[in-house]
Amino acid sequence: MLRIPCPWCGTRDESEFRYRGDATRVRPGPAATRADFVSYLYERDNPCGWHLEWWLHTGGCRKLLKVLRHTLTHEIRAVAAAHEPLALPRADERG
Amino acid sequence: MDPPAPPPSPRRSSGRYSALRLLREGLQQQRGWTRAWAKAAPKPSYRVLIIGGGGHGLATAYYLAAQHGITEVAVLERGPLGLGNVGRNTTIIRSNYFHPANIRFYEFSLKLWEGLEQALNFNAMVSQRGTLNLFHTEAQRDLFTRRANQMRLLGVDAEAVSAADVKALVPLVDLDNGRYPVLGGFLQRRGGTVRHDAVAWGYARAASERGVDIIEHCEVTAINRSGGRVIGVETTRGSIQADLVCLAVAGSSSRLARMAGLVLPIETHVLQAFVSEAIKPVLDVVLTYGAGHFYVSQSDKGGLVFGGAIDGYNSYAQRGTLPMAEEVAAAAVTLLPGLARLKILRQWGGLMDMSMDGSPVISQTPVDGLLLNGGWCYGGFKAIPAGGFTTAHLIATGAPHPVAAHLDLARFAEGRMVDERGVGPFPFAH
Repeated sequence: MLRIPCPWCGTRDESEFRYRGDATRVRPGPAATRADFVSYLYERDNPCGWHLEWWLHTGGCRKLLKVLRHTLTHEIRAVAAAHEPLALPRADERG
Repeated sequence: MDPPAPPPSPRRSSGRYSALRLLREGLQQQRGWTRAWAKAAPKPSYRVLIIGGGGHGLATAYYLAAQHGITEVAVLERGPLGLGNVGRNTTIIRSNYFHPANIRFYEFSLKLWEGLEQALNFNAMVSQRGTLNLFHTEAQRDLFTRRANQMRLLGVDAEAVSAADVKALVPLVDLDNGRYPVLGGFLQRRGGTVRHDAVAWGYARAASERGVDIIEHCEVTAINRSGGRVIGVETTRGSIQADLVCLAVAGSSSRLARMAGLVLPIETHVLQAFVSEAIKPVLDVVLTYGAGHFYVSQSDKGGLVFGGAIDGYNSYAQRGTLPMAEEVAAAAVTLLPGLARLKILRQWGGLMDMSMDGSPVISQTPVDGLLLNGGWCYGGFKAIPAGGFTTAHLIATGAPHPVAAHLDLARFAEGRMVDERGVGPFPFAH
């Protein structure tokens, strides 16, 4: 059971949330090429390590959260609102 | 000083397995058996290197040797054979899909399963006990009927069965359960189960006998390229050159592909499975529950083998989490209340390659000399024979096999997704 610290509701069980996938993909602008859109829609880094991802708090405040979680240990290091900047650790610290 | 050269691999045939052989060995105190497959050491170079000694890797090696006469092949496995997903699944085989391209591919696989034991001379306990999918609403009945009709149009067996037939087939089912009463089902009699370890052992033995090197405890640490083309790999047992390298490492495809600079349309997720304590025979079909994601069969040892959906978020942890275990148990008890007092004997989690459209990938890649067999989501076991057969075809001829041509990697860029569930590019939803 993941325990996700929601900035609005406090720490809650994962069963209150709905996972919405990789949060590092940014929709390209109108001038982007087809390859940019293919990359945005389909290609995923899929790291074994720190992963920035969306969780929707459906059973709570219904806000979309940005969560930094480790895909091997499930440790949650940071949670932010959707519009707040939250970066992945540097490549050499991602392990 | 150079290390001593490894001894030549003892490519001694394990002989033909038969009832007569069993009797003869029994009379000779079981002294005549030899290794089922040779413990090969890596040679400096091969024509084809297959990374991953699971079901698909071993099957690919076997069909390369048996169908195409290509035997300068090595299968590299990080650990011992059979401990990956090939030996950790719920052992179900079926071809009851909705998409015509999927029906053709999985039916091709089911036909290979039907002749597999004779082809490999290995008892894989292929048991066509039938797969029964239940429906619980009228809309679901219409959808399942359409699916069954689609299958019949393509010459695959499928039949609609009434609620009374369901009760006759599986007396344990609670037809009138409060939340999701069972209205009927959809039966594929040729579906069933297979002893999964025997699939790995059978393919390994048959491939080894034809000259393929099966190299265990050999982890790939880098993929070497020259001028954009793959030329070999670095492993924990030294570097190996190859003309072609094929990845068959579902669950870890992204990690291996990254070694060649490739980003895939795949995410890694965890799927759990469960086995109960052994009981007397109570279930002689593979049963699936249409109102949730739940499937169950009874093994020959008597344990009920069952599972549900993936845990639902990216994970490389080979263990499941409790919310999904609870959901699966709830589905089990809703559908089959008689199971409520059974104890769970084992529970485990394995890594799945979840692709962006829920369908696998058997394809050339943008990297010259690198091929991919992966993206199996949670349906790789039933596809082992067809996956191996068509991957071997792609390696040997350079062109996709007709039943697997729709599984190429370019389909994502070209908008030809094979989205069986129709949920879009969200791996956690497939």
